[in-house]
Amino acid sequence: MARDDVKTGYKYVGTRPNRPDGLDKVTGRARYGADFSLPGMLHAAVVRSPHAHARIVKIDASKALALDGVKAVVTRADLPTGLTGEDLNLQDNTLAGEKALYDGHSVAAVAATSQLLAQDAARLIEVTYEVLPHVTDVDAAMAPGAPVIRPGVADYSVPEGMHGNVARYMEFGHGDVEAGFAAADIVREHTYKTEATHQGYIEPHAAVGQMGEDGRGEMWVCTQGHWYIRRMSAAVLGIEAANLRVTPSEIGGGFGGKTTIFMEPLTLALSKKAGGRPVKLVMSRSEVLRATGPTASASMDVKLGMKKDGTITAGQVYFRMQGGAFPGMSPIGEALPCAFACYDIAALKHEAVEVIANRPKAAAYRAPGSPMAAFAVESLVDEMCRELGLDPIEVRLKNGAKNGSKSSYGPVYNVIGLQETLEAAKAHPNYAIPLGKNQGRGVASGFWFNHGGETSVSLAIGEDGTATVMIGTPDIGGSRASIGLMVAETLGIPYEDVRVNVVETGALGVNEPTHGSRATFASGKAAVLAAGQAIKEMCKRAAAEWEIDAEAVEWKDGAAHPAGPNAGKFPPMTIGEIGSKMGGSGGPISGHHEVTAEGVGASFGTHVVDVEVDPETGRTTILRYLVVQDAGTAIHPAYVEGQYQGGAAQGIGWALNEEYVYGADGRLQNPVFLDYRIPVASDLPMIDTVIVEVPNPGHPYGVRGVGETGITPPLPAVASAIAGATGARIRSLPCSPPKVLAAIKALKG
Amino acid sequence: MSKIHVTTTVNGDPVEFLADPRETLLDALRNQLDLTGTKEGCGTGDCGACSVTVDGTLVCSCLMLAAEANGKRVETIEGMAKEALHPLQRKFIEHAALQCGFCTPGILVAAKALLERNPDPTDTEVRYWLAGNLCRCTGYDKIIRAVQDAAAEMRQEHRGAA
Repeated sequence: MARDDVKTGYKYVGTRPNRPDGLDKVTGRARYGADFSLPGMLHAAVVRSPHAHARIVKIDASKALALDGVKAVVTRADLPTGLTGEDLNLQDNTLAGEKALYDGHSVAAVAATSQLLAQDAARLIEVTYEVLPHVTDVDAAMAPGAPVIRPGVADYSVPEGMHGNVARYMEFGHGDVEAGFAAADIVREHTYKTEATHQGYIEPHAAVGQMGEDGRGEMWVCTQGHWYIRRMSAAVLGIEAANLRVTPSEIGGGFGGKTTIFMEPLTLALSKKAGGRPVKLVMSRSEVLRATGPTASASMDVKLGMKKDGTITAGQVYFRMQGGAFPGMSPIGEALPCAFACYDIAALKHEAVEVIANRPKAAAYRAPGSPMAAFAVESLVDEMCRELGLDPIEVRLKNGAKNGSKSSYGPVYNVIGLQETLEAAKAHPNYAIPLGKNQGRGVASGFWFNHGGETSVSLAIGEDGTATVMIGTPDIGGSRASIGLMVAETLGIPYEDVRVNVVETGALGVNEPTHGSRATFASGKAAVLAAGQAIKEMCKRAAAEWEIDAEAVEWKDGAAHPAGPNAGKFPPMTIGEIGSKMGGSGGPISGHHEVTAEGVGASFGTHVVDVEVDPETGRTTILRYLVVQDAGTAIHPAYVEGQYQGGAAQGIGWALNEEYVYGADGRLQNPVFLDYRIPVASDLPMIDTVIVEVPNPGHPYGVRGVGETGITPPLPAVASAIAGATGARIRSLPCSPPKVLAAIKALKG
Repeated sequence: MSKIHVTTTVNGDPVEFLADPRETLLDALRNQLDLTGTKEGCGTGDCGACSVTVDGTLVCSCLMLAAEANGKRVETIEGMAKEALHPLQRKFIEHAALQCGFCTPGILVAAKALLERNPDPTDTEVRYWLAGNLCRCTGYDKIIRAVQDAAAEMRQEHRGAA
């Protein structure tokens, strides 16, 4: 699709109507994962390893099973054997096999007639462990002498001689890096570290599962992607996907963390053992923090060459990332391509290793890999700008990727909006506000690929001319509204006449989750194309009644019209009229589109943050915050702003407070919200937003997807602002008050 | 363990149930009375998703035993809308002050308790009052705006009525 084909001048697209699920969500009626119940339902609890690494010698459930009301216990012995690859990893994480691999790893599960009884029973299950040496830090896991926690984990990519905890190796690049460094006026090199953080969705994982002895099951679950839950649960339990029907609940946040399974299959395994009674399993917050997907921790070397005029001559990175005790979860494959994605640099070298350690199996977290990479690269760019006295936006404009640039990871960018975000940030009043004592300003840009993915959408015209849309991507932050707007625009009917429903696995073809910033892009695109199919059919029905060619009918403003004077003189036939007559004119009218969606538009953003640092305590206050990001087209601008603001807030939390703290015993020290402190309302100012719109030619309304990029720039931007305020550069997140205070003191000598 | 007979009023309705002595008010509301609008985000009083009022006092219902509600007046999100939505509920929808919506019931209950005490709060007062209610989606910007817009409308209505 050429850019000229992207439509403009919309009636509904770009407006801010109330979301259709708003009423349910402000009245408490919306049903989330834990809100679902069935008659005869049992409650489950999970026994978790208190050790970071231990052989499971014996599990004795006899005392638990002796309690009245305890109906079933499952251990790994109840699950099928013979799985391989990622299916085996998923099964190993659902219930530990020979070894518990991290603090919080599930070892057994029990179902009983009440939640309290299930918890009592879990405490009576006796597990005998043989404690093994453990390692939790990424660099320590690669150090000589570190225990090899899963021998043979390395895949074909790992060069000879690397530590046994290295699971994967990657490298790529272009140009002559050494020549580039030689041509630079200054070459600087530093190591940057980010700790693991958790997605921190407020809704803990919850599922109700029911499965009979015939192996047919149903599940109600909070998830970003119920087909993923179906495929993974079926694999872990050794049943066929078609025999498992999964219905998504409303979802209380996910940010990537609800795109996989953690405990969901246990509800089915327990149900089957308990004679088919439904089983509910709801995680506690500490279970969520100890045992569900945090992001990877990272240790990253970066080297850059820069000329005095700000031209970046060459760049080189070596990233080490650990994503827990299972291979494949550390996002090196995303972090490396993201590292220099905002730049057009003549010579680049990328190298990374994935390392396993005794931590929970990492899951995706909003632009997985990109925030860490940005922290490393954008921090060093900022350091060099300050050293050379250059404006950080000018340096990014000078070196930044443009339309037609070959990206740092290979493909050529088509139409992108990075330069526009930089120009908008430069022109924003925030960038000109004078700074006071102990205040500093930080700038950083960020990138995310965005994603298309497997998508299946149906649409049906009602007898009254309204439209029902069936989508398979759970609505996590307003996508029913955005998709409803696009369908209303396409059909030419009021937004209120379109109802968008998220349907279960039995109702559509396979859909990937709401991930990769794809719901409004991919489900939206498929919904628009499905609406186009319905329009074609409605034009055909009108043509038949008018006894003219279908090609002589055109659709506008919610009605079929004769395409021109030669087509004949007929009054417009409205969608309501066509709908009311469809039974007699050929039957139901619907549209359907399914595709692995192509045409994603790369997403870029630029953030500007001002901070004040208290020199007595090292505490950082965010004074003002600006997010500028290219949305392509903002379908519902209020929810686009919401994504920008939410991403920024998560990034600020990662920059200032949030971190996984492991003790010397390998146990997570802060598995509660009091100690794993996400930003609260009094930590933040209003978050200013500018929506740049450089329409994506690959989407009928120009959508790029807006969910992820926003978490990327805050990490380096905040650290750079702190450097501006104090002169102290923090290269290891979070910039917690003790760390900042120590850095200030070290400067003073 | 024998259960405790609890008689209480929830959203104006008289209710009674048998509570396990260890059962929280949150679990009783959700599991015994089917009032699942009140959410559990942490169970340790850190996230505020379970906010309700008991005899007019804002509490985390996960930190209160069900038995303690005996003889008290409990108000939950389900009782907030009367004939029409409460202005806070309406403004939250209009301002897009919710994304996933999971923290929303607790934030609405807490914000209502604030405006009953302080009908004209500053942004900072709203931020500190709501500091016990975690939201991971919005960055709080639109929540603060929605609360302030509702407060302004409620002051207007109050003046109109007086």
